[in-house]
Amino acid sequence: MSDTVGIVIVSHSSDIAKGTADMVRQMVGSEVKVAFCGGNPDGGLGTSVPLIIDAINAAWSPKGVAVLVDLGGAETNSEMAVEMLEPARRDLVVVCNAPIVEGAVMAATEAAGGSSLAQVKAVAEELSAD
Amino acid sequence: MSVPSETFKSLVKAAAEQVIASAPELTSLDQAIGDGDHGTNMKRGCEAVLGKLDAISAQPLDEAFKMIGKTLVMTVGGASGPLYGSFFLAAGEALSHDKHLPEDLADVFGSAVNAVSARGRSHVGEKTMLDVLVPVLETLKTAAGQPDLIARVRTTATEAVERTAPMQATKGRASFLGARSVGHVDPGARSSCVLVQAVCAGLEARA
Repeated sequence: MSDTVGIVIVSHSSDIAKGTADMVRQMVGSEVKVAFCGGNPDGGLGTSVPLIIDAINAAWSPKGVAVLVDLGGAETNSEMAVEMLEPARRDLVVVCNAPIVEGAVMAATEAAGGSSLAQVKAVAEELSAD
Repeated sequence: MSVPSETFKSLVKAAAEQVIASAPELTSLDQAIGDGDHGTNMKRGCEAVLGKLDAISAQPLDEAFKMIGKTLVMTVGGASGPLYGSFFLAAGEALSHDKHLPEDLADVFGSAVNAVSARGRSHVGEKTMLDVLVPVLETLKTAAGQPDLIARVRTTATEAVERTAPMQATKGRASFLGARSVGHVDPGARSSCVLVQAVCAGLEARA
């Protein structure tokens, strides 16, 4: 499974993050590494850079990691988390511009077929195309 | 010239305490046009900075700014974490590269404001913290070396925050409200004003 792109789900809500991860696993089982986080450092609605860093490292794959986010702060905090990774990992993580649930399921399904990080991101982002 | 660590420490303490004291107001502003967490998020970040203040102020100035930035990034829990975090990280980075305080204040502040703009992919006029930070930067440039610099910065910040009220938000949660965001002061602009005013007050008290 280390030869598939990993998936990270970052929501303001830990319930949504977990629920999304459940839906992803229903599609791809354990073929793809999936990690998720939700909530601010106090556990309320929000996102947390240290938790995002932990999730990226938990889903780590040599093929890279695709991050799916919900609203603005999740995106900004995810971009910050990527920059704080060790240098060798930074270029292998992308934050996808895609709806979180549909994007995560589509990205994971694509990843399960052995696609590259760029292909996984492109499939997720097709959902945001006009 | 340099900034004595005791001065730096007292300014950081004053700024953090003022933001914490303003948390209910920031939350109330954010409830009107956002998700209502700006006050509690900024309070959490500033409390974390206060908790590390001895360690922060024991560092050289560039590292101290970076520590403040990193602490905010890791603890705030909203977009304001990376935004304010990037501000202080970039200020520290400028100080690591041949810039000095207080003489290069406008340059250092400019680097910090650019980092906020890049992080938020935002510009002045979008009803954000930049609508206070950019006018303050302009005053720091145009009034550099003037005896009334601090008073002018204070006036600039206060006027700038009020000018966010008639703006329609095009960035952040407030942009979801479209025209309904008009008529409310932006919470991020307000927290930037609180920080600027607290530092100015601290400098006046030491003058």
